[in-house]
Formats: sequence, C-alpha cells, structure tokens
Amino acid sequence: MSTSANTPLPRAALPWALVTPALGWTLLFFVLPFIAMGFSSLTAHEGGGLTASNYSQFFTNPSYWQAMVNSLQVTAIVTAISVLLAYPFAWILAEQVPERWQRLALMLAVLPFWTSYVVRSYSWLLVLAQNGVVNRALTGSGLISEPLQLANTRFATVTGFVHFFVMLLTLTIFANLKQLSPSYRKAAADLGAGPVRTFLHVVLPLTLPGIMVGAFLTFVLCIGDYITPQILGGNNELLMPQLVMMQIGRRGDFPLASALSIILMAVVTIAYLACARWLKIERA
Amino acid sequence: MRRIVRIASWLYAIAVYGFIFLPVVVLVLFSLQSTSFPIPPFTGPSLRWYEAVLSDVRLTSALVNSLLVASISSLAAVTLGFLSAWGFARFVLPGSGLLRGLITLPLTVSYLIIGMGLLVLFNWAGVPKSLLAAGIGHVVINLPLCFAIIYSQMGDHQINIERAARDLGAPEWKVLLLITVPVMAPAIFAGFFLSMTFSWDEFVISFLLTRFDTTLPVEIWNLLRSGLNPKTNAVGSLVFAVSIVLVVFFELTLLRRKPA
Repeated sequence: MSTSANTPLPRAALPWALVTPALGWTLLFFVLPFIAMGFSSLTAHEGGGLTASNYSQFFTNPSYWQAMVNSLQVTAIVTAISVLLAYPFAWILAEQVPERWQRLALMLAVLPFWTSYVVRSYSWLLVLAQNGVVNRALTGSGLISEPLQLANTRFATVTGFVHFFVMLLTLTIFANLKQLSPSYRKAAADLGAGPVRTFLHVVLPLTLPGIMVGAFLTFVLCIGDYITPQILGGNNELLMPQLVMMQIGRRGDFPLASALSIILMAVVTIAYLACARWLKIERA
Repeated sequence: MRRIVRIASWLYAIAVYGFIFLPVVVLVLFSLQSTSFPIPPFTGPSLRWYEAVLSDVRLTSALVNSLLVASISSLAAVTLGFLSAWGFARFVLPGSGLLRGLITLPLTVSYLIIGMGLLVLFNWAGVPKSLLAAGIGHVVINLPLCFAIIYSQMGDHQINIERAARDLGAPEWKVLLLITVPVMAPAIFAGFFLSMTFSWDEFVISFLLTRFDTTLPVEIWNLLRSGLNPKTNAVGSLVFAVSIVLVVFFELTLLRRKPA
C-alpha cells in the first residue's frame, strides 16, 4: 500500500479503517436489503419455495401493467412540460435579468422547493379543490358556472409534479446557460446570424446535454415518487409507487411489492442506458 | 423587436413566478384563517391554528422526533462520509474507483425502493419498526451526498498542511482532528445541513419503517386524512420556516468557502 507523495508511511491499516465504516454501512443497509428484496420477490406470499409468479403476475394482470403504463405516461408528460416551461424561464433569468439581480431572481425561483414535500402537494390541493382558489376565482368571475373537477385527477398529479420539476430544471438549465462562453454567441453574430438563428444553431445544441441530464433526473424522481400522485391524483388511476405501497399497506404482500420495486428499478436502469450517451458527455 | 422580447420575457417570468409561488402563498395565507376551512374567502388573520399545532402533543412530539432523527442521522452520515472521503482522497486503495462508486450508488435509487429493501431486510431479521430503523435509512440516503460534497472539496493544498503536521510529529488522530477537520469545516457543515434538510423532510422511508413514534412528515400525512384543515396549513408553514433556516445555513457555509 502506498501513500500520496512523500508523507511518512502511516500504518497500512489506517486507510481501510477510514473507509470501512462507510463501505460497511452501504453493504449492510443498501446492498444486503437489495439482495433480500431480490430473494423475497422470488417467493410466494403464503410461503413455499421459489417461484417467478410475482413477476409473471405483473405481465398478466392488466391492472399492474396499466400502473406502469400510467407511470410512464405521467412521467413523460411531466418531463416534457417541465422542460418546455423551465427553459425559457432559465433563459430569461440568465439573459434578460441584470447580472446583479440574477442571484436573487434564481433564489426566489427555487424558494418553494424547500417547503416540505408532503405539504407542497397538499397546498396544491388547496388551490385545485372543488371550492379551492382556482374554482372560486373562475366561478366568481363568471367564466364557469359549476366548479371544475381538478383535484383527484391526472391533471392535478401532473400540475404538482411540474411545479416541483420546473424549479429543479430552472436551476440546472440556468447553470448550463451561464457556463456557455459568450464568445460563441459573438462569433455567431459576427458571421451574420440573427438572434433566433444563434439560439437555434448555437445555444440550444450546446445546452442540450444539460437539458438531457435534467430531464433524466426528472424522469427518475418522478417515476419513483409516491406522495404527489397519492395526494393529488387520489386513487382514480394508480401509478407504480402507489401500487407498490398498496401491496404492503393493504395486503402485507412483501414478495409482490419487492418484485414490482425491482421492475420499477429495471425501467429506470433502461432509461439510464438510453440516456447514457448524454449523461457521459456531461461528466467529461 | 428587442422591446417585444423584453416585454414578453417580463410577462413570462411573472407568470412562472406566479405558478411557483401560488401554492406556497395560499398555504401561508390560509394558515392565518380564522374560520375552520382553508378556502376562500379569507377570514383572518388569526394565529389560532398555530396555537392548535403547538398544543397538539402528537405533532410536537413528531417535531421533536424529526429534529432528533435528522440531527443524529446527519451527524452519522457526515462522520462516515468525511472519514471515507479523507481515506479515498489521501491514500491509494486497490479498486478505489469501484468502492467510491459503491458509496455513491444509493443516490441513483428512489427512496421508495431503499425503504422497501430495508423493510424486507428488517422484517426477516426480526428488527421492529422504530425511529432507529428510519434513522438507519436516512443515513443510507445522506451518506453518499455527504461523501460526494466533502470528497469534491478535498483539494491538494491541504495535503501540505497535513504533511507539515506529521513532520512536526503529530500522530494521525491529531492531524485529523486539529488540521483536516478545521480546514474542511465548510464542506462538513454544508454536508451536514443539506442532510438535515433532506432527513427532516423525508417521508416514505419513515412511513415504512416507523410505527408508533414517528416523524413530522408522516404525522402531517396522517393529518391529511381529515381533509383540508387550516391546522395542516399552520404546521406546513412552520416546516417551511425551519427548512428555510437550514437552507440559509447551508448557503452560508458553502459560500464562505473560497475556491481552492
């Protein structure tokens, strides 16, 4: 075992003594649980030997399958809307707001990020409820006569998610735009490109990897989240995390919940592999 | 053209700010409601729901539990993270890239799945649900974060100070406590406060792994069953206030550090 540079050689056990607690914790409480979950997913709820029935159920039971379809749809919609909303906003903060106000403007844009996550979803319920703020404003102004059903719908779930991810994506895209050297834009202008062409052919392609990383983050956090769909979407349509929690909460079926969790993780892994090209660019 | 872009930008930014702040403003506003429903018209201001929260034993004890779990688990996470970051930054270990990857791996897995795994493991091992079990889960999610923050801030310039201390005869534990910890203090504090905000707000692991004594997000969740209620608004506003304080600490500690 060698040490860095010319330090007198400390006892060889020292570096291991430093890293072992963290490694041990990760092995014991992250890797081992994962293995336990893998085993559990291959057993039947009522005991007995190994079986693949938990996995085959997912593919044969249409309501389980539907939960995955719902999850993927909601996640795709949320990711697309969040990027489309956040990009112009981040661009305005980076380009149109004077330099000295930028820090404040950005801080304000992510301040509600720090409300409790459970509370944030609940506060959307206040806004979207039958007699909530939006419906009161719409009926009060005479635009509609009957309050709209906004809460307990997919619309509510998407709104709650978009609220969260617009803040997150604004932050990441803003950082990306600021890293862009102004000389690219000057060069494009010198070569006769107008602002629109410069944006489409220079700024957008150069910030694309950053957008992809943000979109991937949105995908991962959105598809694995239980709170927002449960509070805002109600039980009208189930998403995967709700389905997993239902197996534990109502039926105590750990094996099925484990299998569904592993399927969910597999989907995230596939998404990672699909985005790997972009994610690698970012790291380089 | 420029004017149009500018005006459109202003309108767009105001609209997005409005969207971002709408639920928070509604939350805080109706926590000051004097009647029993947090819906328009506004009838306040009144502090009665804050009084109701502070006199609710379940909520206040959950609040104490949350602070306890957050501070102890963050302390554990930051200690483990710091020691391993120091070990990886200062010594060459076989397979260290892989081992570092292992420590940061939990960052890529959703909290629900981490909680599920621990639930299955503890269930098999016969470990009962408790705050301790939830705290263990919080260390799992915050350790990679603390490690990544501290490891990224371990610059080369500190090696020389550590070497000087060793040359002057300091034993390793003295180098660690008297040199490295003070030099790394901003990163350590940043890791600690960020962990605090995550643990303080963490729901799904606590929900899965606690039963009788539980944390504030879980207690708020239970409160939601009673429907819309200004008391929930009041407790939510209080949680927001605490998070903001933690975030300010985090900003101050991280920004105080000059780039190496």
